[in-house]
Amino acid sequence: MSNASPHNTGGPSLLDRLPASIFPRVTGLHAAALIIAILLIGLLIIPVFQVIYVAFLDPNTGALTLQNFVDFFRTSLFRESFWNSFYVSAMSVVFATVIALPLAYITTRFNFAGSVVIQSLGFIPLIMPPFVGAVAMQLIFGRNGTLNLLIEEKFGVNIPFMEGLNGVILVQSIHYFPFILINLSTSLRNIDRSMEEAAQNLGSQGMRLFRRIVFPLAMPGYVAGAALVFIKVFDDLGTPLLLNVNNMLAPQAFLRISSIGISDPMGYVISFILVAFSIFSLWASFLVMRGKDYSTVQKGGGGLSRRDLRTGEKIAAYAVVAFILILVLSPHIGLTLLSFATIWSFAPLPDGFTLQNYVVMWENSKQFITNTVIYAGIAAVLDVIIGTAIAYIVIRTGIWGRKSLDYLATAALAVPGVVLGIGYLRVFHSIDIPFTDKPMASWWVIIALALMIRRLPYALRACTAALQQVSQALEEAAESLGATKGSTIRRIVIPLMSGGILAGFVTSFATAAVELSATIMLVSSESDAPLAYGIYLFMQTPSGRGAGAALGVVAVIIVGLGTFLSQLMIERDKKFKSTDQSH
Amino acid sequence: MTNQMVGIEINDLHLSFGETEVLTGVNLDIQPGEFFAFLGPSGSGKSTLLRSIAGFGPTPQGSIHIGGRDVVSLPPWKRNVGMVFQSYALWPHMSVRDNVGFGLRERKMPASEIAPRVDAALELVGLSHLADRMPNQLSGGQQQRIALARTVVVEPEVLLLDEPLSNLDASLRVQMRRELLALQRKLGLTTIFVTHDQEEANTTADRMAVLDKGVIQQIGTPQVLYDTPENLFVAEFLGTANILGGQVESNGGAKRFRTSAGDVLPLSDGHEGAGSIVLRPQNMQIVDQAGADTLPGTILHREFMGSQVRYIVRTSGTEMIVDQFHHVGHDWRDTGSDVHLKVNTNEAVIVAS
Ligand SMILES: Nc1ncnc2c1ncn2[C@@H]1O[C@H](COP(=O)(O)OP(=O)(O)O)[C@@H](O)[C@H]1O
Ligand SMILES: [Mg+2]
Repeated sequence: MSNASPHNTGGPSLLDRLPASIFPRVTGLHAAALIIAILLIGLLIIPVFQVIYVAFLDPNTGALTLQNFVDFFRTSLFRESFWNSFYVSAMSVVFATVIALPLAYITTRFNFAGSVVIQSLGFIPLIMPPFVGAVAMQLIFGRNGTLNLLIEEKFGVNIPFMEGLNGVILVQSIHYFPFILINLSTSLRNIDRSMEEAAQNLGSQGMRLFRRIVFPLAMPGYVAGAALVFIKVFDDLGTPLLLNVNNMLAPQAFLRISSIGISDPMGYVISFILVAFSIFSLWASFLVMRGKDYSTVQKGGGGLSRRDLRTGEKIAAYAVVAFILILVLSPHIGLTLLSFATIWSFAPLPDGFTLQNYVVMWENSKQFITNTVIYAGIAAVLDVIIGTAIAYIVIRTGIWGRKSLDYLATAALAVPGVVLGIGYLRVFHSIDIPFTDKPMASWWVIIALALMIRRLPYALRACTAALQQVSQALEEAAESLGATKGSTIRRIVIPLMSGGILAGFVTSFATAAVELSATIMLVSSESDAPLAYGIYLFMQTPSGRGAGAALGVVAVIIVGLGTFLSQLMIERDKKFKSTDQSH
Repeated sequence: MTNQMVGIEINDLHLSFGETEVLTGVNLDIQPGEFFAFLGPSGSGKSTLLRSIAGFGPTPQGSIHIGGRDVVSLPPWKRNVGMVFQSYALWPHMSVRDNVGFGLRERKMPASEIAPRVDAALELVGLSHLADRMPNQLSGGQQQRIALARTVVVEPEVLLLDEPLSNLDASLRVQMRRELLALQRKLGLTTIFVTHDQEEANTTADRMAVLDKGVIQQIGTPQVLYDTPENLFVAEFLGTANILGGQVESNGGAKRFRTSAGDVLPLSDGHEGAGSIVLRPQNMQIVDQAGADTLPGTILHREFMGSQVRYIVRTSGTEMIVDQFHHVGHDWRDTGSDVHLKVNTNEAVIVAS
């Protein structure tokens, strides 16, 4: 009680303790907010702005200039890369829509036995990093892949599913269509039955009904999903790199920086374009959706309108769904086959099966796995600590500028991994590791920090959701019994948030473990490389592909298990809380 | 907006969701221009019956004739039946004007004809000034009127209203039900009004059908249903009722009712056999002297309700609710006092138990 307030006139003991319990809240949380703000500025804002700034600098004189952009658009390779990135992203949105639309429509509007299965299988692509599936897709859809060998034998033609940009589009749309599926399904599910019935009652039906009522009402969800797919594909580095497609923006940035060096301005110009497009897409989708919260399920409404399928329709629906699911699962099937294959080339299926790949993988990638656990572990621990602190500061305090902490942390979503990687290289190459004379840019800790920033939005969302479920009355009860702010947070708030915090940890860990785009820029030696980089290295040589696939299977298992566990924890937490309330 | 008024005739209608039968043997004959109510507790099948007339939900067995035309096999968009949804179902992505004009555009009417008709419909519900608003900028009562305008503008043959007032607050509800009735009279539209609120049904309906568990219990004017309920459900659902089980016996030339507790009340008429006697709270007076038509009892509770005083009286069989008019200077009975209940047996109704 050293900092008792001067207003204290020596009243009853409860009053005595009051000032003391207010004071630490003010200082402790303010200090935390300040530290987090500094971290975010140092590790996110400065690197990104540095990148943007350098894009406008003359590399020789250091003067501000637009010359770099002029040079960029004068170079035909860059013009082509720009156009290719745009084309691939747009086409990925189109194909992802083609995959997602029937699944969303069938599962939400009809009584369809497989709905639950589809809605959960629809998430499976997300648990595989897209670059991991890319090689497996080559083996199935490539020029000498399973499908083309079979088609060629029957019809004598070869379909270029995986040639050049086609391959990137195919892999990306199969990987990212769940974003559209999830958002579109939610929108469709939120259209109350009476919305359609009112239209039918007034004489509307069939396609007109769909065009004038259902589609406009589902539009906001679709746009949200489509914008996300566009950005993700536009920014992605791993997939084109593994498919050896270099004439796109992200690979060009990577290649310029890694081959010419961090002083080459083109990498920065590309980074600027990537960031600008991300922000532009988010802004455009925000504009489209503004004021259009069309969730129309309401009191007295009829819930969802589900129709029974006629026999013919049912057969067609099952056929469409089966086709899509096989397509969507093909990377997983291919990867698993490859990881157990002796030799698989110029043949529809592997020549034989073996466990050898797993042995080779294990002998060669202990270091990768250890590194991954360390990096992703550090990143995820920091993420939930910072996430919890930001959530608490934003929801429970009146600290000035608290909202901006939330925005800053979430802004990481709009920063492509390549850009963050380049920013770190630029900022940290001139700062030495403490007590040595080596630059920080080649220090492994930087990788962990980059992962931390990249995954912070996920952890923050989980922690915020968890805290929102903890009633403020529970805290007030503890405080009224004399607990200080600090001990209330420790003994009441954090234990009650534990489910959400754990879920945030697992999500951050699992996705950080397979992150490639920032990591690949920052890995300075093979001994520092994490698992994702290891897969990339293995896949560079035909003989390493089997072991690479085995490592890919490990990655899929890590992410899959992580997703499953975090879902489990969230569900259990919900149940625990709801039984709590009823007593 | 004048209509050829049509009637609705429903014969032996059965409807099931999967295995569960939700409507059983419904027969109805609604007159042209009638304001008809479906009244029943929640889950009794009112909405399901109404929706089957509009063509929504599973196809029922039996027949539904609207103006002599069998519509059971017609899809909703071919029935020309106007329905107002409980949730109003205004489309959030269209302005008020577009919502109201929707049905006319579906009918391929030229834009030059649509505009004046939309204006007229908005005029009818008194909301011309809101034509360019979006639905989420309207209050509940305004949304309700727009939904009504959207439905009547296409000049349907019948108007179906599913709990149209349930999302409004209490004072607005009273006002809207009067406006609704006035509008119905003006348009001369055959109307079915679904509600679980007996006051709403009593105050608006020409006739009504009381539903329970998918079966129509009784059809008639509000007064007939209240005064002469045909079964225990209707008796208890409409207003307050004291019910005594027992049987009707002959007593020489006359009849009498013997309660299960053994008390006896004289009756002017009635079929002999087991049954229940229905006594409304206002069918009894509290008196001091026992008589041929009294039941002995003890006052348990007293509640002052303004125009009347409500007593809970324990009799040998059960607890009875008895209302006595309140007059200035009138003495109230104290709780605990022993009294007798004089029953106006000519107002009592005997129903099968
Ligand atoms: N789509 C449906 N599927 C299965 N049962 C339903 C459905 N709609 C209504 N029911 C059932 O039919 C019965 C009548 O419902 P409803 O007509 O909505 O009652 P009300 O409008 O009188 O409250 C209820 O038992 C309800 O559970
Ligand atoms: Mg209903």
